[in-house]
Formats: sequence, structure tokens, C-alpha cells
Amino acid sequence: MVCEMETDQIEEMDVEVLSSMWPENVGTEADKQFNVEKPAGDLDTLKEVTIEEKPTIADLTRLPELMNSTQQGSSQLTNLVKQWEYMQDNAVRLLREELKNLNRQREEAEAKELKIIEEYKFESNEPENVPVLDETSDLFRRFRQKKRDALVDSKKIEIYEEFDTVAYWKQKALNLEKMLEASTERERRLVEKLSESLKTMESQSAPVQELTQNLERAEGFLHFILQNAPIVMGHQDKDLRYLFIYNKYPSLREQDILGKTDVEIFHGGGVKESQDFKREVLEKGKASKREITFTTDLFGSKTFLIYVEPVYNKAGEKIGINYMGMEVTEQVDKREKMAKLREDNAVRKAMESELNKTIHITEETMRAKQMLATMSHEIRSPLSGVVGMAEILSTTRLDKEQRQLLNVMISSGDLVLQLINDILDLSKVESGVMKLEATKFRPREVVKHVLQTAAASLKKSLTLEGNIADDVPIEVVGDVLRIRQILTNLISNAIKFTHEGNVGIKLQVISEPSFARDNTLTADTEEQEQNGLTETSVWICCDVWDTGIGIPENAIPCLFKKYMQASADHARKYGGTGLGLAICKQLVELMGGQLTVTSRVNEGSTFTFILPYKVGTSDDYSDDQDEFSDMADHQSEPDDTAEGYFQFKPLLGSIYSNGGPGIGNDFLPHKVMLTSPIKLMNSFVADPSNNTGQSEMLQLENGGYVDESKLETSSGHCPESAHQYENGNGRCFSKESESCSSSQASSEGGTLEMESELTVSSHREEEKAETDLKETSKPKILLVEDNKINIMVAKSMMKQLGHTMDIANNGVEAITAINHSSYDLVLMDVCMPVLDGLKATRLIRSYEETGNWNAAIEAGVDIKTLENEQVCVRSTNRLPIIAMTANTLAESSEECYANGMDSFISKPVTLQKLRECLQQYLH
Amino acid sequence: MNTTVVAQLQRQFQDYIVSLYQQGFLDNQFSELRKLQDEGTPDFVAEVVSLFFDDCSKLINTMSASLERPDNVDFKQVDSGVHQLKGSSSSVGAQRVKNVCISFKECCHVQNREGCLRCLQQVDYEYKMLKTKLQDLFNLEQQILQAGGTIPQVDIN
Repeated sequence: MVCEMETDQIEEMDVEVLSSMWPENVGTEADKQFNVEKPAGDLDTLKEVTIEEKPTIADLTRLPELMNSTQQGSSQLTNLVKQWEYMQDNAVRLLREELKNLNRQREEAEAKELKIIEEYKFESNEPENVPVLDETSDLFRRFRQKKRDALVDSKKIEIYEEFDTVAYWKQKALNLEKMLEASTERERRLVEKLSESLKTMESQSAPVQELTQNLERAEGFLHFILQNAPIVMGHQDKDLRYLFIYNKYPSLREQDILGKTDVEIFHGGGVKESQDFKREVLEKGKASKREITFTTDLFGSKTFLIYVEPVYNKAGEKIGINYMGMEVTEQVDKREKMAKLREDNAVRKAMESELNKTIHITEETMRAKQMLATMSHEIRSPLSGVVGMAEILSTTRLDKEQRQLLNVMISSGDLVLQLINDILDLSKVESGVMKLEATKFRPREVVKHVLQTAAASLKKSLTLEGNIADDVPIEVVGDVLRIRQILTNLISNAIKFTHEGNVGIKLQVISEPSFARDNTLTADTEEQEQNGLTETSVWICCDVWDTGIGIPENAIPCLFKKYMQASADHARKYGGTGLGLAICKQLVELMGGQLTVTSRVNEGSTFTFILPYKVGTSDDYSDDQDEFSDMADHQSEPDDTAEGYFQFKPLLGSIYSNGGPGIGNDFLPHKVMLTSPIKLMNSFVADPSNNTGQSEMLQLENGGYVDESKLETSSGHCPESAHQYENGNGRCFSKESESCSSSQASSEGGTLEMESELTVSSHREEEKAETDLKETSKPKILLVEDNKINIMVAKSMMKQLGHTMDIANNGVEAITAINHSSYDLVLMDVCMPVLDGLKATRLIRSYEETGNWNAAIEAGVDIKTLENEQVCVRSTNRLPIIAMTANTLAESSEECYANGMDSFISKPVTLQKLRECLQQYLH
Repeated sequence: MNTTVVAQLQRQFQDYIVSLYQQGFLDNQFSELRKLQDEGTPDFVAEVVSLFFDDCSKLINTMSASLERPDNVDFKQVDSGVHQLKGSSSSVGAQRVKNVCISFKECCHVQNREGCLRCLQQVDYEYKMLKTKLQDLFNLEQQILQAGGTIPQVDIN
């Protein structure tokens, strides 16, 4: 019976229980939640119901089957049934117990009845009964007898007494009747009770309602939970076709989904991935989760957290997957934002620390450089003293060994000085302190002077050549001092590494190189052009070539590095600081150009630098032309403004040793000073052992300068000075002269060949010359200085040197003084109140160039009249202005040169420095 | 008798001046100065030096006035004073004063009032110190001259 009931109920349940799984009250809101639902508006959400109503949809018909066939589907029912079974078992057990009780009671009752009947029979002794049961009655009797026998022993007397009374038996019968009645009554009641209990059992035994309730509760719970959950649930078969889908916010109708796969429904990013993921789960048979971002036309870009589990049928075969998805776009966004933020933070922190490090390093570097510069300055002054003194010592009478030692000392000192100057230059370029000056200059002249200077120090039989293309402008604007420095450096390098053949400089105009096209410098130029300035830019390529030992290819990359030479071998053999090329490169780059090198071992090297120059206006040019021709008249100098070729033949026995220190060589007064032919000869005769010098002298005869009688006297005159030439030193004052005639120049059509020689006079001679000069005309010297004590000291020193000075206390006073009288030399303090030395010098130079004090007046200097008369007097002469600098970066020698000063004396001024200066500039 | 006194004084003078160099009060420039002194200008060094000390005192006064105002220091003015002082001290060979001036100048450039005041005190101390030392030196010179001796040439190097 129980079994029957169970099966019945399960069947019922399948229909009824499931149909109520989604309660009706959900319907109104959940209309569209269940894609399984009919659009017809049937509020019964369950597919089973739908199945019954619409058997057309295959999957709906399949669902109950699914529910039955799948493990998951049947488990719930199984649970319910089990529970029910248990309860039924319990009820049955109770009923059975009851039944057993009742049966027992009945048996008891029956037994009692039997006993009563027996007793009654025995006592009434009814004969009618006996015949029916003969044998039994016999037995009965016997039994009764036996019983009676047994009883007799004890009760015989009583019984005997009462047995015979009718009343007794009547009474007894009545009692028994009553008992019987009660028994019957009890039996009836029991039967009633039994039937009643059977009835209740029947009513209880219908489990449907209970199960229904349970299921309803489960449904209610599920619905309550899922009602607003933003999740999508679905079941897909093993071909991943949707069989069932629940979606809180459906954007597709069920027809569009059911029976299709993801790929068929959606298009776009993530669809394929989710499909693959589902397939993977299906294949592996292991539930898993994954986050997938979908980018579909349907709902844009959204990220879902997807849970997929495989579904097995009862036989354990995979039949599909269950799928649950939840949109986590915002969360993912937030998470990603956070991650990004964190990442950014980390990156920023890293950058910060990096920056801090860089700043720290930069600061350290700057400090180190500053220190280096300061130190170099501090070292330079005493070293100059050492070298200077050694040079003076060399003019005294020394024996051969002493002289050799002294020579070593001087050349070492020179090298250290050079090194310090180089370091200063480098550190200035690197720290950005170095400023470039734009001054007008003539490239041809610069090349010529550089070659001349180099030729003067030549100790080898090299020919120096200058070759300037016709299209190179006569005059360009640039930092001539820097360019000279580069040229000098490259030339001295070329000479150093060339033992025979030629060394030369070649200049030509080139089109704007590619590296400069997007250079800021070019932009600046263009800007200026647009601003209506008449200046245009020209790119000039300068080759410094030689026929020397060349540079191996592998050494080229480190050629421009600091303190590097092509090889250690070279360093030993040729000496040098290893800074020269690094400085050249830095200077060229500072000016917006490029320095390159090509070389072949044993054939020579060519260093090429390309620089932009501005070309001045034609007005300026004509002015200069006038000025120049003026000057040419005075000095009978050949007009070389347009000449394109120079050649310098070697002149041995010159005063310079290894290239000489930069300043002494590089910054000779711009105008070549002519000396008398006699002095010129001195330089040759000075070194009697030098045969080449003699042969050169023969060539000179063509120039018509040789005067034999004077030659003799002068050769006899200074045997001592010869030593000085050998020693060589850069600070010695040299006067270059060119022995060439302008007629020759014109006859050769602008190509001039000339020899350069040097005349050098010893200090002794200079002093002699000075005294000579003093006799004829005392040089006028102006000291511009604001410090009383400095004035006092300088004046006293001048006095010792046999000169007097005028004093100006600042730049304005200096200009006024220069305006009023003519000076031969100005000693100018750099740092002064009112108008500093640099500005004052600029104004003075401007006056020399333009012939008027307009610039000064513009600058606020009050200039008195009478200026016109003096213009013609002085515009042809460049007034030597010597700076007096304190040893600071701000008052660098470079700045002095850049501002038009001719030389500088570092403070404190000493007799020696002053004397050298006067010797150089007073003549 | 007299010659021994002179010799003693001369040795004393030599030792003293050498010690001034060795202790860094003076440098070579002072020797330059002494070279400039000749029969024509027998008191040249003393004149220059006293001018220098006057200068020092004046400049220090102005600078200390400038630096007294705590919040409105005219560093430019101070700097020009230091510059003057540096130039002068360098000219007379007052090495210690000059060295203080160098750091003084740095303090001016970074507008460090505390540093400036410290340097000012140092400069004041140094120049006064030098002043007494040089006074002693000049006294010795005078004594030598009075004793009929000559000022010895001192080779510092």
C-alpha cells in the first residue's frame, strides 16, 4: 500500500509541485524574466506548465524529462520523497503498534469470554451443550473434574454449602452477564476506535499537500532570493544550445535564445571566449568560473563573471552545462581603475625617486664642476707665477744642465697650465656658464692668423695651407674667439701628428645640413628673419686636414671623449692633455654645429666642423671696408680680404715649444704688428746653429729686406737671447710680420704666397726698447679701478716700472678720460660701480668702430663735446685694454676677450704681471 | 754692542715676518708691497696698510649696519662692500682677511644673513689681529732703524 502511494504521489508532484515552483505573485513583475514563458501572459512561470500548454517547443517538453533524468533535477524530488517515506514509515509503524495492541486486547477479551463461557457452562451445567461436543465435553468434564478435584480440597465445604442455593447461581449468572456485556461493549468500542484510527490514517496518508507545501516554501525562498538578482542563469545542452534561460533584464526574447548557441545569438568580443570556456568546462567535467568581457552590439561592453558547471544524467554522462552569469562591469572597472591608480602611483613614485636621484647627481656634478673650476682658477695663478719665474730664470746665465732642467720645468708647467685652461673651458661649457659672443669677423683673416701662429711654432718641415672658397663671405658674425680656439686646437693637433707633408684649413659654404633642420638655432634664425632683420645665415664647412699618421678606425669613437687619446702609446709619444678635441666638440656643438672626423691610417686625418654664421648687412660691410683700407694704408698691409689661398712654409727655430698654451697663442692682438726689418732679422741670426733659418733668410732677400750690415750688428748683439727661442714659451711676446709685397699679391691674382717669420726680443731688449720709447714719448696709461688700495699699489708698481698713470674710478670716468685724451694702454678693473669694465670696454670698442659715442650715450654715459676731432685720430688704432680680474667664474678671461679686451691680468696685480703686460702692449 | 742689538732685532724681525707668512696672515702680495718701498717712499707699506685698515673699519661698519636689520638686508650693498674688502686685502696680501672675504661673498650670494654676520665678525677679528701683528712688525722695523740697522730682506720662499 505504501509503495503504491509513493509512486502516485511522485507523479502528482511532477505536475503539481513543479507547476507552482514560481508563485503567481511573481508573475506581474517577472513577466519577461523567464524567457521560457509565453508572451501570452500566462503567469505560471514554470516550464512544466508551459510544456503542457505549448508542447511545440522542443526544449520545454524536454525539461521534465531533464528534471527526471538529470541528477540535479531528481535530487530535490528524491529528498522530498525520502522525507515523506520516512514520515509514512513512522505512521505505519505507529498504526501497526496500535493494531498489535488492539489485537492483544481482543485476544485477551476473547480469552476472558472463553473462560467465562466455560465457567458458565461448567457451573450451569447445561446438558444441551454436551451432546454437540461429546468428546470435548468429556474432556471438558474430565478437565472440570480435575479442576474440581483440585479445588475441592480447599473449598469443598463452602461450595457445598452454597451450591445448592438457586439464589447463588442466579446471582452468579447475573454477574457474568454483566461482565459479558461490558466485554462486548469494550469490543465494540475498540472496533470503533480501530476504524477511526484507520480513517485518520487514511486522511494523513495523502502526502501531496505536505510535499506541495515544502516545495512551495523552497520556491518562495528561491524566488525571494532571485527576484532582483542581476544574474542570468541557463542550461545548455552538450551542443551548447540554450534549453533554458532566466534573465532578470532580458534583452532578447526566448525565441531568439532557446535552441541556439552563444555564437549564434551574439556577435562581438568575448562571445567566442565564453563559448570556448563552456566547451572547456563540458570537456573537463569540472565546474569553474571566469570573467569575460563582452563587447556586443546588443548591450555594449560589459563584463560578466560566469560560472559554468557540467550536468550529468543519472548514468553519469554529460548532457550539458548549467550556466550562471553576473554582470560585474562596474566592479571590474573600479578594480581596474584602482589597479591603474596603484600602478600610476608606483610609476610616479619610481619617477620621483629617479628624479630626485638625478637632481642629486646633477647637483653633485655641478658642485664638483664648480669646485673644479674654482680650484683650477686657484691653481692657475700660482702656477703662472711658477712658469713665469722659470721663464725669467731662463734668461739668466745658466749652464747647460741647468738649462735642460729649466726647460723641462717650463714645458711641464706649460702643460699643466694648458690642462687647467682646458678643464676650465670644459667645465664652463658643461655648466652652461660659457656664453657665446656674436662679433663680426673675417674668416680669411682668422684662418690666416691661425696658420701664421701655427707656422711660427713649427719645428717640422711642414707646409701649412689655407684654402677658402670664393663664396665664403668676406665677413660673418660669430664667436670669433671660440672659432679661433677650435681652429688652433685642431691645427696644433694636426701638426702634432704629422711628420711630413701638409697641414691645411679649407673653408667652403655648404647648404644647411640635415642635422640642423629642426634645430632650435635654425628656428631662431628664421624667427629673426621674420622679424625683419636683415641678417641671414650661412653654413660654413671647415676642414682641418693633414697628411699625418692618421687615426685607426676603432679609436675614432673615443676620440672626442675627455682625457682620451687614440691610444696610450700616442699619449706617451705625443703628450697633450686629451681634452683638446673634447673641448672643440663641445664648443662646436654649443654654437649649433657639428664636428666630425675622417681618417686613414698613415694617410692623414680630416677634422670637419660645420657651423652656422650670420652674415652682416652690406652697410656694415662697406663701413668696415673703409676702415680697413684706412688701416691698410697706415700699415701697408696687403689687402687680403678676398684672397682665398695662403701658404706658410716652415720656419724652424721658433720660440714656441709644443703648441704653446692657448691664451698666449690664441689671443694675440688682432692686428698684425709690423716691426722693423732689423728686428725681423734678429730672429734668424739669433740661432746660428739653425741652417734652415739661414736658407729661409736667403728667400727673404727677394723681399728686399735684408741689410747685411745691420744683420751683422744684431747677430753680434744678442747671443744670449738664442736660448730663449729654444726654450719657447707662450707668454713671450711675439710680433709677427709678413714679408710679402702687395705687388706680388696683385700680380698673382689674389693668390698670395708668403712666409711668416717671427721676431722676438728678449726682456732685456724690450726694456731697452721701452727706455727708448720713454725718451721719445712717454706712453699714457689709464688705470680704471675703484679700490683705493689697489690704485695705490698699482700706481706704486707703475712707478717702479718707470711709468705714471691716470686714474679713473669707474667705467664712466674711463670713457670720459679716453674721450678727452689719447691713451696707449688701459688697465681696466672688471667689477666696478656705476659702469663695469666689461661694459665700458664694449662702449669703447663701439666708439672705435663707429667713430661716435652713440652707444655710450645710449647707455647713459654723459659725453662732453669735442668728440668729432678725435674720431679721425683714433678710429684707426685699437686701444689695448687689459682686464684686471679677480679669480672668479663671473670674471672669466673668456668674458674679457668676448667683451673686446685684449688680455687680462689676474688680481692681485704683481710687478711681474704688470711688467709683462707693459712689455707686450707698449711699443 | 749696537751691532749685536741690531742683529738680534733683525733676527727677531725675520722670525716674526716669517711666522706671519707661515700662519697665513700674509701672502706673497705683501712681499710685492715691500718691494715697492724704496728710499723715495720709505713708509709705503705702512701707508698702504693703514689705509687698508681704515678701509676695513669703514666697510665693516657699513656692512654691519646693513646686516643689522634682520628682515631687510641689502645684500647687494653688503656684497659690494665685501668685494671692495676682498680686492683691498688681496692687494696688500692680507691672506686671512681675503679668505674670509671669499666665504663672506658666498654667503652674500645665497643671501644667508646668519653666515654674513658670522663672516663679518671673522673679518673684523682677522683684520684687527693683522693690525696688531703689523703694528708689532712696524715697531720692530722702527727699532731696527733707530738702532742704525737696515731692514733685512726676507726670503719667504
